[in-house]
Amino acid sequence: MADTTTMPPPGAPREQQAVYLAPGHSFATVTDKISSIVLTQKFSMGWLLGLGVSATLASLLFVSVGYLFVKGIGIWGNNIPVGWAFDITNFVWWIGIGHAGTLISAILLLLRQQWRTSINRFAEAMTLFAVACAGMFPLIHVGRPWLAYWLLPIPNTMGMWPQFRSPLIWDVFAVSTYATVSLLFWYVGLIPDLATLRDRTTSKIGRVIYAIFALGWRGSAMHWHRYETAYLLLAGLATPLVVSVHTVVSFDFAVSVLPGWHTTVFPPYFVAGAIYSGFAMVLTLAIPIRAVYGLQDFITMKHLNVMAKVMLATGLIVAYGYSMEVFIAWYSGNQYERFMILNRMTGPYWWSYWGLILTNVLIPQMLWFKRFRTSVVVLWCLSIVINVGMWLERFVIIVTSLHRDFLPSSWGMYSPSIWDWTTYIGTIGLFLTLLFLFIRFLPVISIFEMRTMVPAAKVEGRGE
Amino acid sequence: MSEHHDLDLSAIRARLDGTSGPEYWRSLDELANSEAFQAYLHREFPEQASEFTDPVGRRQFLRLMGASLALAGVSACTKQPAEAIVPYVRAPEEMVPGKPLFFATALTLGGYATGVLVESHEGRPTKIEGNPEHPASLGATDIFMQAAILALYDPDRSQTLSHLGDIRTWSAFVGAFRAVVEPKRASEGAGIRVLTETVTSPTLARQIREMLADFPAAKWHQFDAVNRDNVRAGSTAAFGSHVETRYQLDKARVIVSLDADVLGAMPGSVRYIHDFAAGRRVRGATGDMSRLYVAESAPTNTGGKADHRIAIKPSALEAVAGALARAVGVPGAPQAPAPEAARTVLDAAARDLLANKGACLVVAGDEQPAAVHALAHAINAALGNVGTTVVYTDPVEAEPVDQVQSLRDLVADMNGGTVDLLLILGGNPVYTAPADLKFGDALRKIAFTAHLGLYEDETAALCQWHVPEAHPLEAWGDARAWDGTATIMQPLIAPLYGGRSAHELLAAFSSAPGRSAYDLVRDTWKKTASEARVTDFEGYWRKSVHDGVVAGTAFAPKAVTLGTISAAAGSAPKTASGLECVLRADPTVHDGRFANLGWLQELPKPFTKLTWDNTVQFGPATAARLGIKNEDVVEVRVRGRRLQGPAWIVPGQADDTVTVHLGYGRTRAGRVGNGVGFDAYAVRTSDGLWWMDGAAVRNSGVSTPLASTQLHHDMDGRAIIRTGTLDQYVKNPGFVKAMEPDPPKTLTMYPPHEYKGYAWGMAVDINACVGCNACVVACQSENNIPVVGREQVAKGREMHWIRVDTYYKGPAEHPEAYHQPVMCQHCENAPCEVVCPVAATVHSDEGLNDMVYNRCVGTRYCSNNCPYKVRRFNFLLYQDWDTPTLKMGRNPDVSVRSRGVMEKCTYCVQRITRAKIDSEKEDRQVRDGDIVTACQQSCPAEAIVFGNINDPESRVARLRAEALNYSLLGELNTRPRTTYLAALKNVNPELGHATGAGDDTHE
Repeated sequence: MADTTTMPPPGAPREQQAVYLAPGHSFATVTDKISSIVLTQKFSMGWLLGLGVSATLASLLFVSVGYLFVKGIGIWGNNIPVGWAFDITNFVWWIGIGHAGTLISAILLLLRQQWRTSINRFAEAMTLFAVACAGMFPLIHVGRPWLAYWLLPIPNTMGMWPQFRSPLIWDVFAVSTYATVSLLFWYVGLIPDLATLRDRTTSKIGRVIYAIFALGWRGSAMHWHRYETAYLLLAGLATPLVVSVHTVVSFDFAVSVLPGWHTTVFPPYFVAGAIYSGFAMVLTLAIPIRAVYGLQDFITMKHLNVMAKVMLATGLIVAYGYSMEVFIAWYSGNQYERFMILNRMTGPYWWSYWGLILTNVLIPQMLWFKRFRTSVVVLWCLSIVINVGMWLERFVIIVTSLHRDFLPSSWGMYSPSIWDWTTYIGTIGLFLTLLFLFIRFLPVISIFEMRTMVPAAKVEGRGE
Repeated sequence: MSEHHDLDLSAIRARLDGTSGPEYWRSLDELANSEAFQAYLHREFPEQASEFTDPVGRRQFLRLMGASLALAGVSACTKQPAEAIVPYVRAPEEMVPGKPLFFATALTLGGYATGVLVESHEGRPTKIEGNPEHPASLGATDIFMQAAILALYDPDRSQTLSHLGDIRTWSAFVGAFRAVVEPKRASEGAGIRVLTETVTSPTLARQIREMLADFPAAKWHQFDAVNRDNVRAGSTAAFGSHVETRYQLDKARVIVSLDADVLGAMPGSVRYIHDFAAGRRVRGATGDMSRLYVAESAPTNTGGKADHRIAIKPSALEAVAGALARAVGVPGAPQAPAPEAARTVLDAAARDLLANKGACLVVAGDEQPAAVHALAHAINAALGNVGTTVVYTDPVEAEPVDQVQSLRDLVADMNGGTVDLLLILGGNPVYTAPADLKFGDALRKIAFTAHLGLYEDETAALCQWHVPEAHPLEAWGDARAWDGTATIMQPLIAPLYGGRSAHELLAAFSSAPGRSAYDLVRDTWKKTASEARVTDFEGYWRKSVHDGVVAGTAFAPKAVTLGTISAAAGSAPKTASGLECVLRADPTVHDGRFANLGWLQELPKPFTKLTWDNTVQFGPATAARLGIKNEDVVEVRVRGRRLQGPAWIVPGQADDTVTVHLGYGRTRAGRVGNGVGFDAYAVRTSDGLWWMDGAAVRNSGVSTPLASTQLHHDMDGRAIIRTGTLDQYVKNPGFVKAMEPDPPKTLTMYPPHEYKGYAWGMAVDINACVGCNACVVACQSENNIPVVGREQVAKGREMHWIRVDTYYKGPAEHPEAYHQPVMCQHCENAPCEVVCPVAATVHSDEGLNDMVYNRCVGTRYCSNNCPYKVRRFNFLLYQDWDTPTLKMGRNPDVSVRSRGVMEKCTYCVQRITRAKIDSEKEDRQVRDGDIVTACQQSCPAEAIVFGNINDPESRVARLRAEALNYSLLGELNTRPRTTYLAALKNVNPELGHATGAGDDTHE
């Protein structure tokens, strides 16, 4: 069973496999190379600087949230009619970014896509950190955050359950399940590598810590058997979540009556958008990491090329979603829908809509060309552009729909306050901080899985 | 200073002052270890300090010390005074704790009284309601009356009697006062001057007259900034003597307003709105409705209801009046032609008037010159309206005078050095007097000045003595309504700040200076009662006080003879060219007296929906010509004086005019009103109280943000306010429903709610609503709605549960305006309910959409999903939790919401519950009309009706069955319980379209 999931399909030519791992590697070099980032490299100035900046930004988040808790939502720019703005925009953006990890880990695992091996570990870590950032927003955006736990179905003396018809409750289930499964999946996948680090580290404290988290892994056949079973089961469990989480998130909007939100195309288009942004974020991170830590052998151009193709495909689905919104606005004959689209295009927030079309639809068409797909610099810039575009997409959906709905008397404008920005930038700081720590203290690439990619694995068998 | 001995809590606090965070705690630690502190502890807790060495007691001591340290750090630790709570030994009659009582009294504006019932909870007045027995109210109120509660509890009210800024006692004041007055008996009171506002109070008038009898050389002056000098001069010109003019709007089938805001803030306006709405109510198949023509310069509530409106410069109004007079055949009417722009409508209006002789009405505005009033009187006489739609009576004012002249005389005397003692009873002349009179400069020259006022205002600052005035709800008094009906005003509460009424102050002139206002008022009415041969005075008094109306005091109609009109109208009117500046009382803060009331400052002004500011209003064409945009700061120069303020473009403002509102730019209004807006009195002179020609405007190039609650006034083709003409309705009553049919009731996923008992619903008649805003303030008062301030309003966070939306139709220069009060619609398929994750907004079995504040966590999803955007969120802590007086004014039946919680209209669920409890006690159903919501209660037009829609006989159910009834956004299948009755215009078929004259084709 294990073999079938990690081995190349029978009859696959060696050459094809080799492009996902540069030639000349043996088991030992793979292990050395990856584990050295954690075990032997010194804390570089660059890393310290990066962590310092990120941690500063993260502390900005804690200041912002602290002030928010003291004063209330009013420190942001939200108002009536724009009840949600940066808060939910950021929530959806982060949760979307958190999609790549599970997709790469679970679905590509089940689909036996070999190329996932070198990127799945940090894609999963990225997922976790993104979900952590995302999960914060539903908690802090409520008016009385100390009562946010009322959204959980906890038996209580009030005899009150949450209101199960509300999509926000579905969100609670979807996001918490997703966070739990992602964490388990990532952790289970880490166990063999943690054992490797435990065995190789020279630091006493490191050994104890790695030993605790390695759960006594010895690499016996029984361990491997159970490991593979568990991992596959988790992959099966996680697969529907890739679709469900963002579907449910899209229900937050689709279930409402608001023009611009009440849209049946939302679930598939949100899922595609999530994968789109997730892959963009993976690229944004993978390209510098690979350069800094010399992992070009493991994360090859072929990887980047494949990821670019996934982005192109999901980007086209997203573009289809945008065109459907416009089409339905016209086709439905509904005056509110029609106004909503016109307002998005020509209203006071026109720049956000056209910015979205530019960054999410037009510029990514460059990915049709192999020249751009194989240019690291272009890809990295594109990934940033798509990240911006996906943020704009959520901003457009949330703010431009809310600010002008049914009764013109209640139309208003939203402009973010300084605290909206610090909260948003703060979450990016938190995300990067966690990522910097991860790079330095855990293997960014799955060592044992990479070892199965070594040509010798075919002959020598596998395992420790 | 020896720290050793002098360290006390305030010293500790002083030492910690200015530190915060870790530094704070560090200094606290250091302090705790210091010798001085130990000694302090020993003194503060002698018993416990000795326990410090006792190992058994130490733990307890540490606990105590921790607590005291925390207290020392966190808050003021002054010792609480011992407060004994004494239960009623003898409970006041009829008082049941938790059950409010209602007392009748009256409130005045410009001297004219309107009867009110004041809701009182355990001795605290909490809410003003109209007195249904009072002819000026008929149960309704205006915004100023509603806000009287806030004025009563305003923490910025003057709280101490002072002399040159030092606190003095009342007896010290009376002593000083009499020391000046008594020697003047010899000179018959020469040099004594009393300045009041308009007086209708029989008692105050009697007291002043008695004083003048004692001091024949003393003089009484009256001045109100918003005065009726023109009305007096006009009636004097027409009839030879001043008579009060009263209108019967319900009996008039054609009404022409010559810049008269009858539905605004004229004396009697609350009643006029009622009568006007009654004359335009269209029910069933009969299409009977009065027609209103309005010629005006600045948009007013009255102009908004016009079927045909002429926007015209103020200088041209006399010509309009003259042309109308000629057209209806007034002998001796001026021969000058009507202004070109108004001619078509005027001719049609004149024919309309002639066709409705005896059932029509021409009203001239208080601000219009005497000639226009005289012409209006002549027209009404010529049309046979006198005695039917126009009634003349004796003047309501105790002593009608030309107030500007009165003030001018006073200032001349003050400057001439013939005034030694000036008593200012109410009012704020330093702020409101015409700029050319320089009242403030003159005031400084007087040897003895005393000011009685609610606030230590601009006038108080320049007077030597200031006496805090008792609020009308704190003192005995009396006043007359616009029809002469007298009300004895009773206090609801003892003066909060030891205020005195004008009656008590004037008593200081008399031989019995200590006589109370109660005795003084009774004296007056004893005399009146004996003149009326009332035998049982006690019964008469009790009944009059109880009813809020002294029976039989309304003035009887008076026969008048019209003089020759050509003399009255003066020379042929001339229309000036160039820009004209129109001055008007502010629609929410009036002449500035309400500037410190947050409710009124934050009340969106009619049409502009601006809060917290006055503006220089331009018409769209004039603004375009001058290159002025909204929020541009402009400088208006007129007759050598200038003012600077932000511009606002108002559709319907006449071309070549700017309107500025008085009442802003106060410097000593209080914390709320200081520095808000600009002072338009700066350009107001005694010869140009209401408009001036020769104005010039300059754009300063800078702009300032304004806070408006409604920025879009175009319905964008949506059937939001459904409108039509009376003809359309008569021909096809179903046209309203056909505009946007409601979806079938089966179109829902969830099982339908069943409403077996009551099903509460509301119908709002847009055709009746004049946009007076009384409902908004009434709701704010009833439901403890906070004031949030300009910045929050500008961010879109105003908290009003009910708002009055205004939309325009037609060209921007001559728009039709429509008002729509919007509150929670209590949808049967409420979009808010399904999306709340914690079930904080739920459906009741009576169809109410209940908001459970305690359960709300504040996701705001309900508001996002509310198509009506009627939900309001406490983005910050908006409620004032600290000011004790404001706490007293709150309605104890309604929760005070904290931050982070959503709130909205509840249909006044507290009133529903009270009525249900009462009905259950009597084992009966709630009767139709038992429940009156706060908005409904205050509405002068009776545009809001609430009741049980399960009862087909209820008024609301009958209204819902009307052809005009429709659901707002009903196409969304929300099935709202609040429905609207469409607005109709009674268009003159001759003119064809409602916007009328001034249209491009006529120019």
